[in-house]
Amino acid sequence: MNDVQAATSTHGTDKHAPRNKTDLFVSFTLLALQGFGGVLAVVQRELVDKKKWLTLDEFVEDWAVAQILPGPNVVNLSLMIGGRAFGLPGALAALAGLLLAPTVLVLLIAVAVAGVADTPTAQGMLRGMGAVSAGLIAAVGIKLMGALKNNPMGQFSCLAIAAVTFVGIALFRLPLAWVLLSLGPLASLWASHCIAKRGEA
Amino acid sequence: MNIALTLADWWSLFLHFVSLSLLAVGGAITTAPDIHRYLVDETHWLSDTQFTSSIALAQGAPGPNVMFVALMGWNVGLNAAGGLAAGWPAVGLALWGVLITMVGIMIPSATLTFVATQWAHRNRELRAVKAFKAGMAPIVIALLIATGWLLTGNHENPTQDWPLWALTGATTLIVWKSKTHLLILLGFGALLGALGWI
Repeated sequence: MNDVQAATSTHGTDKHAPRNKTDLFVSFTLLALQGFGGVLAVVQRELVDKKKWLTLDEFVEDWAVAQILPGPNVVNLSLMIGGRAFGLPGALAALAGLLLAPTVLVLLIAVAVAGVADTPTAQGMLRGMGAVSAGLIAAVGIKLMGALKNNPMGQFSCLAIAAVTFVGIALFRLPLAWVLLSLGPLASLWASHCIAKRGEA
Repeated sequence: MNIALTLADWWSLFLHFVSLSLLAVGGAITTAPDIHRYLVDETHWLSDTQFTSSIALAQGAPGPNVMFVALMGWNVGLNAAGGLAAGWPAVGLALWGVLITMVGIMIPSATLTFVATQWAHRNRELRAVKAFKAGMAPIVIALLIATGWLLTGNHENPTQDWPLWALTGATTLIVWKSKTHLLILLGFGALLGALGWI
C-alpha cells in the first residue's frame, strides 16, 4: 500500500517540479539568501511547504543521502534536486544559485564589518542569531518526525533508533562518523528485513 | 598581516582543499580543525583572529555554512596583497583566493554526490536503496535535533545563559507550530542580542 502511494506521489499532480533551470537558479538563490546560520530550516519550508517540489517523506530520504555523502549537506541536496530535474545542467544551476549570491554578500559584509566585528553589540547580535538558528534546526527535526509514520521499520523502531542517535551525539558527544558508520548499517539492514517481510505478507 | 605566495603555494592551497573535500562528512564545518592546522599553524597564511572571525561571520551571514571557506580564501588573498589598503589589486587577489578554496572544496564532493545520487535515483526501486533511505531517516532526524541541542548547549553557565536557552526553546516552538517568517525570528534574536538582553 505504502509503496503504491510512494510511487504515485512521485508523479502525482499535487506535486510541482522546477519549471526550468532559471527557476532552479532563482529558487535556490532566494532560499540561500534567507538562510542565516545555515540554510536547512529554510530549505524544508520553501521546498516542501511552499513550492511542493518534495513531499515530507521524500525530503527526509533526500536529506539522509545528502547528509551521509561528503560535502556541505545543503549543497548536496541542491545537486540532487537540480540533477533529478534537468541532469548535470540542472545540478549546476541549483548549485550556482545556492552559492553565488551568498558569496558576494558575505564578502561585502566582511569588508563592511572589518573593524566592528569585535564590538559587544556585534557579538551580542551574533549570539542572539545563533540561539535562534539553533531553535530553527531543532524545529525542522521535530517536523520531520512526521515522516517516520510511513517508515517500513515501524514507528517504535524509528523512535528507538532516533533516541540512541540523540543520546550518542548530544549527550555523549560521540564523533559523527562513529554514529553514522555503526548505527547506519544496522538500521539499514533492519529496514531491508522489514521491507522484505512486508513484501511476503 | 603580510605574506608572499608563489604560484606553487597557491597550487598547494588548492590541493589542500581538494583533499579535505571528501572528508567533509556531516558538513564542511567538520574540516575546520584541519584547516586551522594548515593555514594558521603550519603555513601562517592566516592569523588566528582571521580564522575565528571567518567562521563567526559565515554563521551570521545568509547562505550555507561553507561560506567560511570562501572567507578564508578571501583573507589569504588579502594577506598576500598586503591588506585591503592596497586597493583593487588586493580585491583581485582576494577573489582569486575565494576561487581557489571554494572550487577546491567543492569539486570532489560535488562530483561524487552527483554521480552517486543519479545512480541511486535510477535504481530507486532496489531494496538496498530503499532500505538505506528508510534506515537512515530516523538517524538524520535525530541528528538535526541533536545539532540544535549542541548549538545552544554550548554555553556552560546556566545562571547567565538561561535567556539563550529560553530563546532557542521559544524559537523551536514557534517554528514548529506557526508559519512565522524565519527572518523575523532571526531579526528578533539579533535585536535581543544587540540590546544586551541575552
